[in-house]
Amino acid sequence: MTATLFYIAAAVAVISTVLAITRTNAAHALLYLVVSLLSVAVIFYLIGAPLAGALEVIVYAGAIMVLFVFVIMMLNAGRATARQEQQWLSTSAWTLPALLCAVLLAELVYVLQQQDTVYLDAHITPKEVGILLYGPYLLAVELASMLLLAGLVGAYHLGREDPPPDRRQPGTAEQTDA
Amino acid sequence: MNDTWLDILIGNGLVIAILLVVLLSLAAVLIWLERRLLGIWQDRLGPNRVGPLGIGQVLADMIKIFTKEDWIPPFADRAVFILAPTIVVITMLLAFAVVPFAPGIGISDLNIGLLFFLAMSSLAAYSVMLAGYSSNNKYALIGGLRAAAQTVSYEVFMGLALMGVVILAGSFNMREIVQAQAANGWYIVPQFFGFVVFLIAGIAESHRLPFDLPEAEHEIVAGFHTEYSGMKFGLFFIGEYLGVILISAIITTLFFGGWLGPWLPPLVWFCLKTLVFICFFVLLRAAIPRPRYDQLMSFGWKVMLPLALVNLMVTGAVVLVQEG
Repeated sequence: MTATLFYIAAAVAVISTVLAITRTNAAHALLYLVVSLLSVAVIFYLIGAPLAGALEVIVYAGAIMVLFVFVIMMLNAGRATARQEQQWLSTSAWTLPALLCAVLLAELVYVLQQQDTVYLDAHITPKEVGILLYGPYLLAVELASMLLLAGLVGAYHLGREDPPPDRRQPGTAEQTDA
Repeated sequence: MNDTWLDILIGNGLVIAILLVVLLSLAAVLIWLERRLLGIWQDRLGPNRVGPLGIGQVLADMIKIFTKEDWIPPFADRAVFILAPTIVVITMLLAFAVVPFAPGIGISDLNIGLLFFLAMSSLAAYSVMLAGYSSNNKYALIGGLRAAAQTVSYEVFMGLALMGVVILAGSFNMREIVQAQAANGWYIVPQFFGFVVFLIAGIAESHRLPFDLPEAEHEIVAGFHTEYSGMKFGLFFIGEYLGVILISAIITTLFFGGWLGPWLPPLVWFCLKTLVFICFFVLLRAAIPRPRYDQLMSFGWKVMLPLALVNLMVTGAVVLVQEG
């Protein structure tokens, strides 16, 4: 039963990811990406990591992709952009990279076939994840939090308002703008 | 555990079917209830013509909305335009799956129930945004942009405010949170600030007045649903009321002891408490004017976020001291 559900979710993930790449309308592509993330969340749940699945939906599908859609809405990409995308995605442009990736994929499948399949029948609770994160992996958590803090400070710095132009020296305004 | 999966399927199917009927008709009745209550609080009558107390207004509204012309603007992004109103109803109904109505009554006893609720409420944001985007109309777009910024911001404190409850109960499971309240008393007392932040974030998430800036009709026509008509508009409307019921049910579960209470059966207690909060949502609409958009955002980030963080820190410290 679980295996069937897994293959369905995996198929949805693969198909929606391919569609996310090939759609020329940016908003449609993002929606397919959201579907792809949701199916990955289902896969996480099925292999016994419900916390990872829930966080995938909350953080990726529910917050990060919302911001992506937000940007797409702000850019107001119309039909002209879709046409441009269509031109960029010409057959000659994607054939060679796709072939090279197919070789890698074949190797990956071969390597995975060599190993014994391990079915984790465990159900990892949020508590276990928390104990591990704040025990052996505390350093990684701290590093990740520092990285996020740096991102936050950077965004704040970029978004800060410039001082009003009358306080600047005359003549330097054009240089800073350039 | 003797139940075969077929029994579980049929049992769950029954609960789901009853819940669907009850929720959808409740959402329709709420439209009438809101208009009547608003009328009383604003010293006027409200709809009182159709049937006893005007309850027939529900039916009249339904007939009206089903028979209206359902127009899709030719300039709209057709597929997304049709998809958008369904998302809010689907996610809101799905979120009810983890609500424990009474002992033994409920759809799923998910051990990450609270996170599932947060996930569904964050996915509901797409509905309004995609409606705004696909309408291809500047007022709708402004409404959609506002909705995106508002929901993403208020989701942050919504999640943080609930973590205080999770620390106290030691679980994400809604049923276990209610059982923990049976032992330790309702969490409204130790988590008062968490409750306040969650309530305000809940209003912002369901974009009800006073936080209905995505559809603020005095400045941007009708915001994200400017181009919607007929049953597609009806879905947004129903989705909004489902959101109100959901937030009320979650507040009841997490802060007011869920089904706990003397004398009356548990399910009755749950419904009564939820109804009180639904009426509170309506009262808010009657009592408080809409803030400006920048006021809403700065209030969120400068007041709500620090409050939620301090609440989380103090709760964590108290629990640590008590256990250690």
